[in-house]
Amino acid sequence: MAAANVEKYKSDGTAVGGLLEWVDARFPLMALWNDHLAKYYAPKNFNFWYFFGSLALLVLVIQVVTGIFLVMHYKPDASLNASGVPVAFASVEYIMRDVPWGWLIRYLHSTGASAFFVVVYLHMYRGLIYGSYRKPRELVWIFGVMIFLALMGEAFMGYLLPWGQMSYWGAQVILNLFSAIPFIGNELTLWIRGDYVIGDATLNRMFSLHVIAVPLVLIGLVAAHIIALHEVGSNNPDGVEIKKKKDEHGIPLDGIPFHPYYTVKDIVGVVVFLMVFSVIVFFMPEGGGYFLEFNNFFPADPLVTPPHIAPVWYFTPYYSILRANTVNFFWIDAKLWGVIFMGLGVMIFFFLPWLDRSPVKSIRYRGPLFKWALGIFLVCFFILGYLGMLAPTPGRTLVSQICTILYFAFFLLMPIYTSLDKCKAEPERVTG
Amino acid sequence: MKKLLLAFLCAPLLALAAGAELHLDKAPDRSRDYAALQNGAKLFINYCLNCHSASYFRYNRLTDIGLTDAQIRDNLLFTADKIGETMTIAMRRSEAKQWFGAAPPDLTVIARARASEFGSGGDWLYTYLRGFYRDDARPTGWNNTVFPNVGMPHVLWELQGEQVMGADHALTLAKPGRLKPEEFDVMVGDLVGFLTHMGEPMANFRKQLGVIVLIFLAVLFVFSYALKREYWKDIH
Repeated sequence: MAAANVEKYKSDGTAVGGLLEWVDARFPLMALWNDHLAKYYAPKNFNFWYFFGSLALLVLVIQVVTGIFLVMHYKPDASLNASGVPVAFASVEYIMRDVPWGWLIRYLHSTGASAFFVVVYLHMYRGLIYGSYRKPRELVWIFGVMIFLALMGEAFMGYLLPWGQMSYWGAQVILNLFSAIPFIGNELTLWIRGDYVIGDATLNRMFSLHVIAVPLVLIGLVAAHIIALHEVGSNNPDGVEIKKKKDEHGIPLDGIPFHPYYTVKDIVGVVVFLMVFSVIVFFMPEGGGYFLEFNNFFPADPLVTPPHIAPVWYFTPYYSILRANTVNFFWIDAKLWGVIFMGLGVMIFFFLPWLDRSPVKSIRYRGPLFKWALGIFLVCFFILGYLGMLAPTPGRTLVSQICTILYFAFFLLMPIYTSLDKCKAEPERVTG
Repeated sequence: MKKLLLAFLCAPLLALAAGAELHLDKAPDRSRDYAALQNGAKLFINYCLNCHSASYFRYNRLTDIGLTDAQIRDNLLFTADKIGETMTIAMRRSEAKQWFGAAPPDLTVIARARASEFGSGGDWLYTYLRGFYRDDARPTGWNNTVFPNVGMPHVLWELQGEQVMGADHALTLAKPGRLKPEEFDVMVGDLVGFLTHMGEPMANFRKQLGVIVLIFLAVLFVFSYALKREYWKDIH
């Protein structure tokens, strides 16, 4: 994308044209427009799976805009009001009842959190099945995994803010994990918490990080993700490089300008997404207890531990991996292994571009070994997610241990099974 | 390989089998029955709002269920001076804790908090309020089927009468109250209906608005899809 070669905008004599010429002489407006939209050539064979990138961007905007309005009335204050309710909890109900349209803004934000993970998980799965992490898109993928990490942090901190029982005790469980780190664990936990127990100091710092620090990082990473993508060009369901076949103007034969083709297509995706989203916001905002946990309608009470502490659904696969570690080995405590494996469970996605040794990218041309491996991985991911919502029993722990091993086997054995796999030949051009 | 995968899929289902069950009676739906909700509001204010607050709920929000400001001010405004105030109580929490063992919780969102995989929060409350029985081992003389060893005494005992628990864990009415059992169930249904309403007063409006939003999006879908078709007709 050689921005320097783009001709500067010439006015057509109208007032708007004159303004555009004036701006473009001082700012690379047309270059940006062309590089990222009008002359960004995307493969013409994008399918259903390719909606989720733009949808993730939409949800980010929904979260930022609704978040700005929530902050206007939310109070990160753990002290009790005259009725014995924490001010933070009461301020959420104030938004729900007394702020005009506050209930809608709050439900959009709470549903948006779950929608973000639905969309991002599907977006990542698209990357897995079509090999979108493979050369030359390693950095696109790495920025993506960093977005995923930042999103998890953002969601965790945001979940503390309503200051309900699950907010409080979920944070208690997760922040206590840092104490498993040898030597510095206890001091580190104290430093993060800002107090000996989760309290007002914790709530205020989580609020600060949730509304300023992490969103800044997220937006920066999203920009990097998109810039890197537009540098190398999009992958497609066939996993072949459209830039290898170009016409006399240097335009890929199978490429079409992102704008208007994919902007109008993505609008359809946005409308369908908004329909599903609205069904949840307007008819089932609690999402059956999965999006807003019932127990979180009890204000945080440091003296009453709930019988069952479950994280929100999007964390449950990793929560299961954490709990699956019940054995002390190599002189290391099971709790620390749990933390290590939970961390590795996310971090291992970073290495995917180098673990995959297949000659082809797309699942369309992969052999049976990869398909089986991916299928088992997917089943394990769902089982782990399901078990993470339930209280542990010996049987469930055993199942989650097996699933944890298979989860990691998908990655660690990938160099072996992808190089042994019998792949089909990739086509020269995209097949549609 | 396939057998292994199948066995592997079934394992978590077996692992699920264990787990405590909670049987709840289905609460009647009062969400659009204003007369019942108004009765529920009256019951709530007379029987509950002495020990329990509803501190996010303003008296004038009772206009949502068809009451007028004058009706609220003349009949229901016991714990506040102004109609725009929230339903707070005079009892001190520290004292309440001494008397009951635990300070009575704020009830504004209790119907949302008590929901679980076993039923809605309304179901829980409906079963709870009808589940008190005589138990001399308890300081209040009362115990409860869904909330064992609850601190709250049976506030509605005059109306329901006294239940006792038999050896088969079934409740029987040992001493009848002022209301017949069917009448008592209707009354508790109204009260629970109001508690559910108070948990999310905008719920009915939310659903109405949702229908309009979905209709709008359906129309927008037709146009956006037509636009996409128009642009893409020359892409092969």
